Amino acid sequence: MELTKRLNLITGHYGSGKTNLAVNLALEAKKQGKSTAIVDLDIVNPYFRTADFAGMLEEQGVRVIVPMYANTNLDIPALTGAVDSVINSGEFDCVILDVGGDDAGAIALGRYAPAIAAEAYDLFYVVNQYRYLTATAEDALEVLRDIAAVSRLSPTGVLNNSNLGEETALETVLDSVPFAQEVARLAGVPLRATAYDRRLGGAGVPDGFPVDIYVKKIWEP
Amino acid sequence: MAEKFLMKGNEALAEAAIRSGCRHFFGYPITPQTEVAAYMAKRMPKIGGTYLQAESEIAAINMVLGCASTGARAMTSSSSPGISLKGEGISYIIGSDLPCLIINVMRGGPGLGGIQPSQADYWQATKAPGHGDGQILVFAPASVQEIVNLVGKAYDLAETYRMPAMLLADGMLGQMMEPVEFPDTEPVVHEKPWALTGTKGERKPNIVNSLYLQPKELEDTVKARFERYAAVQEKEVMIEEYQMEDAEFAVCAYGAMARIVKTAVVKARAQGIKAGLLRPITLWPFPVKEIGSYGHKVKSMLCVEMSMGQMVDDVRLAVNGACPVSFFGRTGGVIPSPAEVLAEIEKMAGGAK
Repeated sequence: MELTKRLNLITGHYGSGKTNLAVNLALEAKKQGKSTAIVDLDIVNPYFRTADFAGMLEEQGVRVIVPMYANTNLDIPALTGAVDSVINSGEFDCVILDVGGDDAGAIALGRYAPAIAAEAYDLFYVVNQYRYLTATAEDALEVLRDIAAVSRLSPTGVLNNSNLGEETALETVLDSVPFAQEVARLAGVPLRATAYDRRLGGAGVPDGFPVDIYVKKIWEP
Repeated sequence: MAEKFLMKGNEALAEAAIRSGCRHFFGYPITPQTEVAAYMAKRMPKIGGTYLQAESEIAAINMVLGCASTGARAMTSSSSPGISLKGEGISYIIGSDLPCLIINVMRGGPGLGGIQPSQADYWQATKAPGHGDGQILVFAPASVQEIVNLVGKAYDLAETYRMPAMLLADGMLGQMMEPVEFPDTEPVVHEKPWALTGTKGERKPNIVNSLYLQPKELEDTVKARFERYAAVQEKEVMIEEYQMEDAEFAVCAYGAMARIVKTAVVKARAQGIKAGLLRPITLWPFPVKEIGSYGHKVKSMLCVEMSMGQMVDDVRLAVNGACPVSFFGRTGGVIPSPAEVLAEIEKMAGGAK
């Protein structure tokens, strides 16, 4: 999947798989030769976040900006001045912001809305049909409306990341495409891609985006 | 809608409670269980239920006491420091013989401790959830699916024996996501002739109370309660035994920690070490007979916990000296890796040869 804008905001219902997608998008952009930064903007979720992959990403040459106390025992969601810096300066060709879940997480985005809106940006809405509270297109749209309201930014595309974790089959992904298309139609934006675990092959997935699974449980190989 | 869903442990806790007939949730947010309250806040108004964010954990547990005394399925949820605050109320609920569901998604302690996963509240849950002679049912799910399966069971047994039930999870289980299916079964409905539902002038008033003016009367009440506890210990123990048929070395672990241990056991087996896993699903009642029965069959046991060693006390009491019991743990929010557990199994196997 090709990112065409400099600023790429990854939003969605919590648990929709934003972090895994954001990490994949950052590595993909880097592979395409773009200088890339990824920002962990999650002020809600205590674990399973971009900050977990800081070492791996830095090794691949991706600049990682995380909240000051991420993965510590301090439950203080303090963002650093470095976030302003990567948004405002042209230092990086590609900036990916991994935003926290729901409107609660997207509130953090509102603080940067004026600077982001000053240039062309992509605000992706990540959907997973197999998440209980967003299993219908209408429910998914409601969450998107909440996110748009608090972030004061408009969505520009839907990313379909429908999966059932370790039980995901190719059919799981294929079955979800009409749902994602319906969310996009209701939101009035294009369905930009459907992500799938690279190991599933992706045959027949329209606008397929093969991803590697980085967000894992400690006992998983 | 699809039949299978991908859910966070905390969401599954909340949804399973709703499906078990819980319509009254009283809570106060605390990491890492906040999603339970957030989920209830979203869902309860849509299904005619009550979501109430109390001014404190103490208020929330006392609302549960009041709600449960009417016979309704009430619930509260918190994480370690919040459960300590609820201690007095839990004791009052025990003393009032009321059923309810309490969730503890454990984090590092003591004190404010930290927000990363922990299992250091085992003693609190199984030995002294509040003051006085008393017990609560304690269930320790190891997967998001098992959370779903145990919530209904917890309400059922809580009402059968008229005592509180706790689901003891850790932050890892609360935060992780796994595919789940919800069973079609209807919640078990219990008659509650003791409930405060209004006499309508047709019966004597019921009294829900934990105060007894005469010591002898209090002693008789406590003794009657302990007879129910004996029945629970006799009938309601749950344990998973994995690769124990020919095991020479047993590893005991509960909750999400047991998933890590299972991976280590598989690796140990691949190296020719005959290891097995004993995973208590009920922590109270503790599987005393089941674990004790392996005391003479295995060469050695190892207990692995995300604490300085708490359940290991009960394992040692269960085997009663029949085999050595060692301990390995990490604490304060540090999660033991499968490799660390494997190294401990190798140490145990090497030492016993």
